[in-house]
Amino acid sequence: MTKLVENAAGRLVPVEINGDPAVPFQGVGRHRPQGRKAAPPVRSCADYPVDGDKTVADLKTALQRAGLRDGMTIGSHHHLRNGDLVANQVFRAAAELGVRDLRWVPSAAFPCHAPLIELLESGVIHHIEGSMNGPLGDYCSQGRMRGMGVLRSHGGRWQAIQDGEVHIDIAVIAAPTADPFGNATGDRGPTACGLLGFALADSLYADHVIVVTDNLVPFPCIPWQIQGNNVDQVVVMDRIGDASKIVSGTTEITKSPDRLLIAELTARFCDEAGIVRDGFSFQAGAGGTALSFALFLRDIMRERRIKARFVRGGSTQYLVDMLEEGLTDYILDGQTFDLAGVRSMRENPGHVNTSPFTSYNWHGKGNFASLLDAVVLGATEVDVDFNANVVTHSDGRLLHGIGGWMNCLAGKCTILPVPSFRDRIPVLVDRVTTLCGPGELIDVVVTERGIAVNPLRQDLLGKLRGSSLPLRDLCDLKAEVEEIVGGPPAPPELGEKVVAAIKWVDGTVIDAVREVKG
Amino acid sequence: MAGRGEAGSRGAGVRSDCWISVELRDRGGLELSVASKVASMYGERIRTQVADGCRALGLEHARVEVDDQGAVPFVLDARLECAARRADPGLSRVLLPEQRPCCAAPAARRRLRRTRLYLPGNQPKLFLNAGLHLPDGVILDLEDAVAPAEKDAARVLVRNALRVVDFGQAERMVRINQGARGLEDLDWVVPHNPHVILVPKVEDPAQVQAVAARIAAIRRKLKLAGDVFLMPIIESALGAWRAYEIAAADPSVIALAVGLEDYTADIGAPRTLEGRESFWARSQVVNGAVAAGVQPIDTVFTDVADEEGLRVSCAEARALGFVGKGCIHPRQIAAVHAAFAPSPDELAKAQRIVLAFEEAEAKGLGVVALGSKMIDAPVVKRAQGVIATALAVGLLPADWRTPDHEAAGNATAGNDGGAR
Repeated sequence: MTKLVENAAGRLVPVEINGDPAVPFQGVGRHRPQGRKAAPPVRSCADYPVDGDKTVADLKTALQRAGLRDGMTIGSHHHLRNGDLVANQVFRAAAELGVRDLRWVPSAAFPCHAPLIELLESGVIHHIEGSMNGPLGDYCSQGRMRGMGVLRSHGGRWQAIQDGEVHIDIAVIAAPTADPFGNATGDRGPTACGLLGFALADSLYADHVIVVTDNLVPFPCIPWQIQGNNVDQVVVMDRIGDASKIVSGTTEITKSPDRLLIAELTARFCDEAGIVRDGFSFQAGAGGTALSFALFLRDIMRERRIKARFVRGGSTQYLVDMLEEGLTDYILDGQTFDLAGVRSMRENPGHVNTSPFTSYNWHGKGNFASLLDAVVLGATEVDVDFNANVVTHSDGRLLHGIGGWMNCLAGKCTILPVPSFRDRIPVLVDRVTTLCGPGELIDVVVTERGIAVNPLRQDLLGKLRGSSLPLRDLCDLKAEVEEIVGGPPAPPELGEKVVAAIKWVDGTVIDAVREVKG
Repeated sequence: MAGRGEAGSRGAGVRSDCWISVELRDRGGLELSVASKVASMYGERIRTQVADGCRALGLEHARVEVDDQGAVPFVLDARLECAARRADPGLSRVLLPEQRPCCAAPAARRRLRRTRLYLPGNQPKLFLNAGLHLPDGVILDLEDAVAPAEKDAARVLVRNALRVVDFGQAERMVRINQGARGLEDLDWVVPHNPHVILVPKVEDPAQVQAVAARIAAIRRKLKLAGDVFLMPIIESALGAWRAYEIAAADPSVIALAVGLEDYTADIGAPRTLEGRESFWARSQVVNGAVAAGVQPIDTVFTDVADEEGLRVSCAEARALGFVGKGCIHPRQIAAVHAAFAPSPDELAKAQRIVLAFEEAEAKGLGVVALGSKMIDAPVVKRAQGVIATALAVGLLPADWRTPDHEAAGNATAGNDGGAR
């Protein structure tokens, strides 16, 4: 049984993960590792084709030439989201080569990767380190994975690779457009997805880098986000992704009147708290509530003739409209969610691709996230100390990824617009099932029943004095919800076995996910 | 005894509701099977609640099956009681949830009735947060929004909602069915503090009087305190013709509403956005209501996506004399409130007139003048009405007479020709 210790957040966490020592969470901003960054091996251009043509016949050949063997670590990325056709093929090829016990480090896994459960069962894959959405999350929650899962934020994945905590032996980068030299971009081609920022760390730090494309163009591929000088081999494939599942044709704002109310209250909060002013910045994702928030904010900005300096995406049609209407100078894009975003990235000089390095890396010399005036994020649970959960449901099942969520908490004002309950399930609870965000970093919780401001933010409360907004105490809101749903929920029935560790942005372990019974 | 009944909803897309089946038996005690989306959190509590409910209903021997999609307790109770009634139509016991203090506020004759939000009576999901959207009233609808086969289920659910759901400051309204069924509806809801009963498709003052008589009888029998008011809805040519008589049919009538879907069908004219076909009826309802001293309320605007259309429709309703409008979606509420609020210009003008009037009164002058213009009594009365509305909706602070609070942009109040 894994040895557990209580970390600074009062959570029991493992001190060893899959045989490697792990540092328990020390508190926000406490952990300062020393030493030097990891680095890939020295290579010589003499060992690469002088004509720049690095293409090889197929994925299997590429993996063989990369020296794939038992126990290696494979990196892949989720910019093709639920339309990714590459990761499954990588592991099928590995299975055909008779390799076992691989560690898969995706930036996120999606329901399209459910077929890999078979390869986890057969021993080709040992365990997954990455956000697990859908069936893989369920698989892990049931305690069926051999190794312990490790969930990291987007910034945390970069940090882990850069610090040498995770060494990627082979990175396989799906590229919507690439040239034979390995330069690659995501903003064009039949499976265009926007940007490739999640793959950037792997391209810099992995021992071996394979670019896989279904749209090979003659050198040079312009623009490039992945630089060919970091790439070992290029594989051309019929199709790297299912375009209909990569980006949606349209992103929809929510139709739920309650969610719209939450979004509207969030925008009004930003306005009344003095956040919405010329030159401000905000981040809002692609969830229905976040999109609606952006629309309400847009209306306020139009009315008051306010222009943002930059908006961080998840870009969507709505953010693109704001850019093209002149309501913001820039979109600093971390992930492109719809076709309008992809088009804008190609056409608008003010729509710029970024990466977890620029935006989220705790061990960088600063990051963009901390410059944001307002950050709007979701959560599955928030507790009375403003701690939040984003990875497990209240029944303990691991069903969502962390994404950039943890990294965004560095923003100047972190706002969680969440319903106070979903069906009968309270979102406001006594203690979150899994801790992902310490309450000291969460400033505001906006629900349909009112807005709770973290008492640590007396400055915000001061600005809201005399406001007509429904300001409430978080405990009162929780009590009101419990009155409606018939009392607090029973705690989930969890086993002893730790099935996954949740890594804080600095690489320490902030919480552990237990096996779900039944 | 043998009999089987089921109630509620199940299957894909169902949320915050449940499906319960009750199969009565002669022996064997209570056999309970519960499947719930929230089993890990509330499974035990659901079992306990359903078992307690069965005992309270006197079901000693029965097989009870629950398929739950996150129904809150009052919904579970309502579905169980309905299923039990369907299994045993002679069932006399009820399963009343305890009345929460938030459900005990008394009805008020005079109040703002700008918006009334329709809530289909058999869809519990929409009840829980309705009050948060701040309508002046919510309507738990037993009539058109409920399928004929579910009328009995909606009665139980609406009754429980009246005892449990916090609708905030909203006036608690119930729309009953037509005719005898509507009178029976009253037995289910009147004991549970509805503020207003909406009476549909009224064409005859006698319909209103029958409803009032039944309410009076229930209140006498149960010794109920507080008022229950009536809002008849005019939905036909005959109803429109008799608008005044209907509005004046009983002292408990506080408002008269018009429903144009049925009205336009009745006169055989297509319903248009411009609404010329219903101009007479709407005007007749306004005049009938005002003549009887009650509030005239306009129909609903049915295209939820058409915000501009709603704005135009509200402006027109207000121009005709209506003081409120029906809403079928919470997002319509703010727009309707804005449309029925005095505009900044109207408000500034009203303030100047009222101040001038009060000044004249204080000086004992018989004539009110604003600048060089004389102001007639009806103009003062109208201005006072605008101020009263503005105070009620928070557009003006109570101390608006102090100079700091005069309407923005009208700092020159008192010396221009404001009372055109």
